[in-house]
Amino acid sequence: MNKIGDPGAAGRPISADQAMARVNASLRKRYGAERRFRVYGIASVTVGLAFLALMMISIVGKGYSAFQQTYVDLDIYFDPEVIDPDGLRDQESLMRANYNTLIKDSLLFLFPEASGRRDRRALGALISNSAAFDLQDMVITDPLLIGQTRRVSVLASADADMLNKGKISRTVPESERRVSDQQIAWLETLRDRGRFEKRFNTSFFTHGDSRDPELSGIWGATKGSFYMLLITLALSFPVGIGAAIYLEEFAPKNPVTDFIEININNLAAVPSIVFGLLGLGVFLNFFSMPRSAPMVGGLVLTLMTLPTIIISARASLKSVPPSIREAALGMGASQMQSTFHHVLPLAMPGMLTGTIIGMARALGETAPLLMIGMVAFIVDIPQGLFDPSTALPVQIYLWADAPERAFVERTSAAIMVLLGFLVLMNLSAIILRKRYERRW
Amino acid sequence: MEANPMTQDIRPEITPEPPAPREAASAAMSEARSAEVPDTTFGVIEHPDPIINCRDVNVFYGDKQAVFDVNLDIGRHQVISMIGPSGCGKSTFLRCLNRMNDTIDIARVTGTIELDGQNIYDPKIDVVPLRARVGMVFQKPNPFPKSIYDNVAYGPRIHGLAKDKVELDEIVRTSLERAGLLGEVKDRLDQPGTGLSGGQQQRLCIARAIAVSPDVILMDEPCSALDPIATAKIEDLIDELRENYTICIVTHSMQQAARVSQRTAYFHLGYLVEVGETDKIFTNPTHKLTEDYITGRFG
Repeated sequence: MNKIGDPGAAGRPISADQAMARVNASLRKRYGAERRFRVYGIASVTVGLAFLALMMISIVGKGYSAFQQTYVDLDIYFDPEVIDPDGLRDQESLMRANYNTLIKDSLLFLFPEASGRRDRRALGALISNSAAFDLQDMVITDPLLIGQTRRVSVLASADADMLNKGKISRTVPESERRVSDQQIAWLETLRDRGRFEKRFNTSFFTHGDSRDPELSGIWGATKGSFYMLLITLALSFPVGIGAAIYLEEFAPKNPVTDFIEININNLAAVPSIVFGLLGLGVFLNFFSMPRSAPMVGGLVLTLMTLPTIIISARASLKSVPPSIREAALGMGASQMQSTFHHVLPLAMPGMLTGTIIGMARALGETAPLLMIGMVAFIVDIPQGLFDPSTALPVQIYLWADAPERAFVERTSAAIMVLLGFLVLMNLSAIILRKRYERRW
Repeated sequence: MEANPMTQDIRPEITPEPPAPREAASAAMSEARSAEVPDTTFGVIEHPDPIINCRDVNVFYGDKQAVFDVNLDIGRHQVISMIGPSGCGKSTFLRCLNRMNDTIDIARVTGTIELDGQNIYDPKIDVVPLRARVGMVFQKPNPFPKSIYDNVAYGPRIHGLAKDKVELDEIVRTSLERAGLLGEVKDRLDQPGTGLSGGQQQRLCIARAIAVSPDVILMDEPCSALDPIATAKIEDLIDELRENYTICIVTHSMQQAARVSQRTAYFHLGYLVEVGETDKIFTNPTHKLTEDYITGRFG
């Protein structure tokens, strides 16, 4: 090969033919590299999508059945002897009556062979504990029911529900199953008689947590998450945007602001559990705020989200062309007028996008909430910012830990709801960006 | 296979070409700066009816000095053009006149610049009214991403110039008319200013500047991003505006300087080399550097 500087024909460093030959030789290498790079790219995208699809299939496959719930049609005889033997018909005696007996009597009528105590208990276990309360409500709203027989749809227990959904394998030995062969036989009889009915599971969306899987729902956790995000948004948006505007537009560039900037960047990378420990130390122990409260959760998530919002807001402020600032300042606008009249409206879409993505991260955060007691088992729906509550991701964590078979599908269903919210939030970020994006 | 060409000394194989004339000029100049750049400005820095008097103006960006001891009077209702090669400090000097350099953290200005006898670098001076009196038009048209009307109305609004909507409408109309834009945009005042053509945008920026009734308009290469037709329109406009305003224009086009200005200042490496009547500068420059520049020897 010739040296690069070798003088060729007509004073050229290399001759034209040589140059073309070398270019052609290098072309093959270049195109080869390009092709390989494309293949790597396609391969990595495919792998990523495949895992995403796998995850979605597994979650949806496990969770979709939780949106339906099994009910059993029973002929209930509202026996006056059981409900109100004294014939008082007053609120107190109606409240105190044992409505479970009505259900058991109805079942016994269907399965007269179940006579022993153990059989009766096994039979009763097919129906949810809440059914008695439903009957109670019926009687209290309409005392005339007493003495009549009505066909009532009562909620099946989680075990019966699982069996009806085909989630209990009969190949497992009876001793290792929660449902006995006898119960299976009863349930199959009920099913064959058309007494089973699958309905949309509204209680999943209206109830709080419960020890009984068929009664547990995500409303409590959703409300807890909502309150927390409310606090987080109300605090981190104005504070974050304000800090970003000050640092970007007003603050002098000196070692102090450099130091602040480095710290903000570092804070964004701090593991979230550290913020939980901070919340535990400061909000709970020092300020004695209540445990498990959405208020504290919101404060902790605010601390966690602030750096993200500040960084993204500063980035969108930086992306506003300086000519706009110069135009405003050249007109005699003050620094503040220039910022608020011109720079901020242009930076707003980017800031909102950053904020929504920060919020979405806060919505999915579990670790810091464990530290401040939001991992507790809480049945009541929180009614305010200081009521004990849990959050959606924590609820998922709790259910994932629960031994009952029926919580498996609820875990996946709750994940689907959480993912739905996240997709919704990210979608709104994209729409906001697309709608308000301006070109100069 | 020979050794890696990178490791070989290839210098002898390249015939050293004579450096390009321009490089030679600037290289020679930077070596001989103190010898060539005059200690005092050639020509007449004074003006019988000045609106701005600049004395010993120095500008520093950090440790680097960009403008050296500039003394210059700017005459009322005149167009003064500032010419010179890139990086000669003419834009920097222009930006001193309405303290736009304040927006650059590391910029520092010494000396005095008096606007109608008052030093604008006096700490007591507020830049907001100053910039209302000394407007600015930038190199790249930079209308706000708002409607044409709002662009022009912005200045009067923030300074509270109009008592009511009728008055504001009148200010906007007059400003657009003076900027020669009214005929083209009067039916679409509510449409975004960014939707106009480059030349129209620049005239919109001029309309925006004159809407606050300034005394002085600074123009930093206002035509460098425009085509010849748009440039011609702006130049005509500058000529008309001279009746009511004082205009300082920085330009890279010597033809433009010759066409629109009455006085011309030639800057070189941060020094004001020569200033005088435009006719005199372009026909009979006193200093060698000015002559070299206007005859196209460099720059």
